[in-house]
Amino acid sequence: MTEVVARLSDVSRVYPPRAGHAAVHALGPLSLELRKGEFFSVVGPSGCGKSTLLDVMAGLSPPSQGTVEFENRRIDGNVPDGVGVVFQEDASFPWLTVEDNVAFGLRRLGMDAGEVRRRVDFAVGFMGLNDFRRAYPSQLSGGMRQRVCIARTLVLQPRLILLDEPFGALDQQTRLLMGDELLRLWRETSATVMLITHALDEANLLSDRIGVMSARPGRFIDVVETGWPRDRDSRLAERPDFGAVTSRLWSLLRTESMLAMGQGVAAAQ
Amino acid sequence: MSKAGWIRTFVLVAFFGAVEALCRTGVISPKLVIAPSAMVQAMVKLLGSGELNADIGETLSSVGIAMTLSIVGGFALGCVLYWLPPLRRAFDPFLAAYYSLPHFAFYPLLIVIFGLGSLPLIVLATLFAMVAMIMATLTGLDRIPRVLIKTARMQRLSLVSEIWHIRLPAAAPHLFSGLKLAVTYSFIGVIAGEFILSTSGLGHQIAYSYDNFDNPKMYGLILFVLGIATAFNLLVFAYERRLARQRGL
Amino acid sequence: MTAVRSLRGPLLLTLTLLVAWQILHQWAGDTALTAPLPTLEHLWLMIGQRRFLPHLRETGLAFAQALAIAWLGGVGMGVLLGGHRLSGEVAEPILVGLYSLPKITLYPVILLLFGLGMSAKVAFGALHGIIPVVLFTMNAVRNVNRTYLRTGQAMRLTPAQKGWYILIPATLPEIFTGLRIGFSLTLLGTMLGELFASQRGLGFLLMTAIELNDVQTILSIAVLISLFAVIANSILLAIDKRLHRGAAA
Repeated sequence: MTEVVARLSDVSRVYPPRAGHAAVHALGPLSLELRKGEFFSVVGPSGCGKSTLLDVMAGLSPPSQGTVEFENRRIDGNVPDGVGVVFQEDASFPWLTVEDNVAFGLRRLGMDAGEVRRRVDFAVGFMGLNDFRRAYPSQLSGGMRQRVCIARTLVLQPRLILLDEPFGALDQQTRLLMGDELLRLWRETSATVMLITHALDEANLLSDRIGVMSARPGRFIDVVETGWPRDRDSRLAERPDFGAVTSRLWSLLRTESMLAMGQGVAAAQ
Repeated sequence: MSKAGWIRTFVLVAFFGAVEALCRTGVISPKLVIAPSAMVQAMVKLLGSGELNADIGETLSSVGIAMTLSIVGGFALGCVLYWLPPLRRAFDPFLAAYYSLPHFAFYPLLIVIFGLGSLPLIVLATLFAMVAMIMATLTGLDRIPRVLIKTARMQRLSLVSEIWHIRLPAAAPHLFSGLKLAVTYSFIGVIAGEFILSTSGLGHQIAYSYDNFDNPKMYGLILFVLGIATAFNLLVFAYERRLARQRGL
Repeated sequence: MTAVRSLRGPLLLTLTLLVAWQILHQWAGDTALTAPLPTLEHLWLMIGQRRFLPHLRETGLAFAQALAIAWLGGVGMGVLLGGHRLSGEVAEPILVGLYSLPKITLYPVILLLFGLGMSAKVAFGALHGIIPVVLFTMNAVRNVNRTYLRTGQAMRLTPAQKGWYILIPATLPEIFTGLRIGFSLTLLGTMLGELFASQRGLGFLLMTAIELNDVQTILSIAVLISLFAVIANSILLAIDKRLHRGAAA
């Protein structure tokens, strides 16, 4: 029986009404169990609450109802030790070099300088940033900056890595290559990974399991098992059975996406 | 130097050259404006003679103290307002209108409270400059990208650590703008105060030489004050450029 | 109803200020600071007096003229400098430098050039207000989203249509902020100008009161000007916020 590393039980998130806005039921109720060491993706139409799901899972946002557990302990509104998050927007610190960015978290923990250097060297090397150690983020491309953010999370040796559409701003080719890197990272660290993405191919390619969310308020319609081997990369797409999974995802999502589009129009009015 | 830089230098040289020529040929009467070269001469003479050393010291130290107090105080108050939104909303209209209020009208009141001398002047200038720093602090804190705060939480930083290592560096460019404004307004506050109601200091000397039709001395003094202010601003600007280049701004 | 709620904070603050004023009065005595109520009574009486109106009109006229120059001249120059890239690049550091200069230092020069009277006041006020208007307008025009312009091109709009339907709405929020800041600084400059430049106007009354140590009049005039400043700025701020709500964050 595989160990469960994180669990959401009947979680929902409702944003209370504010001046001029009604209450927003952003998520749930939904339940989810992340198996230790798996690569789990979440796909769903725009506005369905994917990012909210990640915030709740990471402890960045408390659920309005239900419980969140990480390693069998309830999360109480703080991010627990062992969880790392890579955000959609560029979170690199523009006032620090790449090196200092990556070392940031470790230095705050008061870790001994030798250990810091060791971990930073590893992460920087792993993410292909060796030539840019002394550069500032403003001198790097978007993809490189995301690598800096990933490296910065990596050095903390998280057991659960959450990524919120990390490759959203990148072009397709870069996305595919970054996906390969992500898989490499996953295998090397043996961490559990949850990835939020809107790209069905990407979810298919990278994941062991894919959770499909409905339109807002997001709930899981289904969880698709891919059964891909652990040792995979972007060439997986050449397999004849690859397309079937993507088609399955789309058939689940198509109606929900149309619903979400209607919601978008209504929200704008 | 860039093309714009060359053109700018040319424009400035041409402008001052023209003024110089017009003054020397008498088209502009020396009772109005004396030639720029004469201004420089007068300034050098004044500085060299040492007769103004006391006034210079007095004005500059007043500016220095006002500057420091307004920057530190303005920053602190800005933080307080940021953390207490209802208080901030109450102050908003007053902060926005602050720089059209007649501060110098309160100078006599300050003299009664603090006595004669530099102190009421420093208080006046500090109060004048502080709000610029408060507003810049608020803007800086407002504009910290949310994702950086989320990163702080993800890194499980203590509040102090979050403020020191993330919020402050992220807000730094705006804080720096506030600093520049605080410096400018400290100068204005002190000099204006010295014009109105003072018996010493550079502002007073300028007013005195104006009243006595002593144009060379007046222009020499004005040039000196503007020179110091500009030199200071250039320093600050150069440092700011370095910071901005680092961040790719 | 939200309008009433948003007034609650500033009203509370005003009340607190009045209370603080009263307390300060008790402590400092009548020769330093007259109490709020008597001051307001005096102000009311003063406004009613026949000889007061000419002064008010004088200041109003000076301010209106200075504001017109600052706003119209500022926007005009800003548009030109913003539209022509090289000119903008050349001018910007000069303008920024002028902005941070303590222009009060140039006051005697303005008096010499314009003589005593209305023109000096208008010049001084306009000098203070025009620079931020130029800077903000220049920035607004320079930074118009290229995509908007290309959309206009793709729709085959005439230059006039592009100007009216795209450029003006796109630049308006930023320009308005410049106008708002220019308003405050023009008022400041005009008031400063009036302190010495003429025998009429609120500034003159204020200066006379300062010299006679007529605290009640000093405060009355200060309150009058402050009221005007705060109300005008609140209106401008509200418009400013409104304009920015639609603009991209």
